[in-house]
Amino acid sequence: MNGFLNQLPIGLSIGAVLLLAALGLTFTFGQMGVINMAHGEFIMVGAYTTYMLQSWAGHNAVIAALPVAFVVAGLFGVILERTLIRRFYGRPLDTLLLTWGVSLILQQLVRDLIDNRGVQVVAPDWLIGGADLGGIRIPYNRVYIFCLAAVCLVGIWFYMSRTPAGRRMRAVMQNRELAACSAVRTDRVDQITFFIGSGLAGVAGVALTLVGTVSPTLGTKYIVDAFLVVVVGGLGQLRGALIAAFALGLLNSYVEFWSNASLAKVIVFVAIVAFLQARPQGMFVLRSRALT
Amino acid sequence: MSRTSWIGSAGSTDPAGTPAVTASESEPTVVPTGTTAAAKGGWRARLVTPQLPWRIVFVVVIAVGVIAPYVLDPAFRLPLFTKYLCYAIVGIGIGLAWGHGGMLTLGQGLFVGLGGYSMGMYLKLHDAGPGKVPDFMDWSGVEKLPAFWEPFRSPVVAIAAVIILPIVVATLLGLLVFRQRVRGAYFAILTQALAAAFVILLIGQQGYTGGTNGLTNFSGFFGIDTYADAGHRTLYFITAGVLLVIFLLLRLVVASRFGRLLLAIRDGEDRVRFLGYDPTVIKTIAFAISAVTASVGGALIVPVVGIVNPGMLDIVPSIELVIAVAVGGRYSLAGAIIGAVVVNWARSTFSEDYPSAWTYFQGALFIGVIAFLPRGLAGLLKQLRDGGPALMRKLGIKPPSRPTPPTAPPAVAPAGDQAVVVPEQGAPRQEAV
Repeated sequence: MNGFLNQLPIGLSIGAVLLLAALGLTFTFGQMGVINMAHGEFIMVGAYTTYMLQSWAGHNAVIAALPVAFVVAGLFGVILERTLIRRFYGRPLDTLLLTWGVSLILQQLVRDLIDNRGVQVVAPDWLIGGADLGGIRIPYNRVYIFCLAAVCLVGIWFYMSRTPAGRRMRAVMQNRELAACSAVRTDRVDQITFFIGSGLAGVAGVALTLVGTVSPTLGTKYIVDAFLVVVVGGLGQLRGALIAAFALGLLNSYVEFWSNASLAKVIVFVAIVAFLQARPQGMFVLRSRALT
Repeated sequence: MSRTSWIGSAGSTDPAGTPAVTASESEPTVVPTGTTAAAKGGWRARLVTPQLPWRIVFVVVIAVGVIAPYVLDPAFRLPLFTKYLCYAIVGIGIGLAWGHGGMLTLGQGLFVGLGGYSMGMYLKLHDAGPGKVPDFMDWSGVEKLPAFWEPFRSPVVAIAAVIILPIVVATLLGLLVFRQRVRGAYFAILTQALAAAFVILLIGQQGYTGGTNGLTNFSGFFGIDTYADAGHRTLYFITAGVLLVIFLLLRLVVASRFGRLLLAIRDGEDRVRFLGYDPTVIKTIAFAISAVTASVGGALIVPVVGIVNPGMLDIVPSIELVIAVAVGGRYSLAGAIIGAVVVNWARSTFSEDYPSAWTYFQGALFIGVIAFLPRGLAGLLKQLRDGGPALMRKLGIKPPSRPTPPTAPPAVAPAGDQAVVVPEQGAPRQEAV
């Protein structure tokens, strides 16, 4: 029973990272129809930013890096959007391959410029260890990751539902042409969405430095799962991404606990295909009269 | 998504169609008029057809293919070339599913793996001898052969598995997914996730699958010594022969009614549905065909490279195959072959000396092909040919109408021309508002 409950913080923190990664994807996919495979590399950019800051901020790099990683990864995203992706709106499959090429280049850059193998980020003292809660061990770093995701989620929710900029973003997502007719500068909104989405991936990267080595292929490990969250949650859906991310995170960690790691992915995949039988568009669907 | 799917097909409406169209549409016109031409005593009329350049290229390629094993260094270059041909077999299936059917499959590694491991398991058991387990199982402490290995003692079962396993998996996945109208990027992501799950499964089950190392150390392949020069040549001819047969078969498929329906689904699935066809079945069949080709390619690559391991099937090699097809030309089956051979040849040539630079180049290749050459190398010629008239049109000069084939009756020719040309330039632009 303890083993069962001990798995909970792990599953929740995996879900938190997936959520941070998937939020950016679900908005860029939902709003612009862009499949950004380089999104995983923005996670990596965030993680390496933390590593670089470590020499300057010491063990508290995981705090100092949060805003920096957000901005750095966000800028990467905007540059990518401005230079390449913008030209391919409406061709989702092509953007997928295109951004995969970008991700190859980014990974190789890191290998050549920083380190071929993984690097380690040292966690501050107050994040090492954990609390005992009635026999269940709750590691502090997992709590930190969970809180990080919660704060980001509340921030995004506030931005989207309470600010004029967020309203414009929702408008573009729901009907681009109509939004453009109503004097919303859709290209500006696209840029901001890309900035925020990529920035959140950077934050996910900061979180990941706490639970493992930082390597050039860090992003590829999470990108597929993050896309599955988008598929299950529904396009551009905050609620959907939230539920799907934690469902996938928990499912992953529990199936792994009961069977073994190699079988877990297969079972999760079967579960997702089964889920899509019931709701092919994902959990929540943007209502529209469009045919496809 | 409605907007996107039509724009997505904007550049793609014609290229796949045209070879098939010219082939299938001119065929009935050639036959009746051909007799009259023959009656006029024009053997040249029968020889000089619109397909003539294509046929010449075909003959040249076959000739080169026959000479190649005697020119290439049989110890090193020839097996490499054979390997490219295996990738070409996989690529041709991707070309069918993606270029013709609009189903971007990023998980062909799964099917390559099904074929490769089926073949590898048979070879391993053949080497181990009756009643014994393969060497790697000994090392992992597995003493009794697992039940799912047992049938693979028989070569017939192994070869049947190469064909049947991918069909079963692809049909199951296809029916489940396409029935719910999951398509486009969703489908691509699902196939990718499936390949990833398969690889993790293989790595995790060390005792049953050989883990990261996979299956290796085969002593031979159906009596062929895979270490000798003569064996390399035999393997080459087998592979090249299989590639040729699959290519010709798929050309028939593409030119058939089924192939036209597949194109129609790619460009407007709902319209096809409204016409009373069931896109689910057609897409599933096409997906299953591409799965089988991948599996056959995977089975052939095992004796050629002497190993099958999860690293060959992972997401990265799978997507690299897709980009190779894009380089060659996703809308043309021959393009898929060209792409697979050219890209893999370039990879082994460059990465021998500059491994890091190759990765940059590959990334740039992804971007460049998608951005500037969506029809790939095969489309390059067409682009050049269309470039002149397009420029004239832009400048406001009326381009001379293309001469109609002499064999076609005049009443049919303009109609046929319209059917091909108009949708390629007009229709997508109108709808893509």
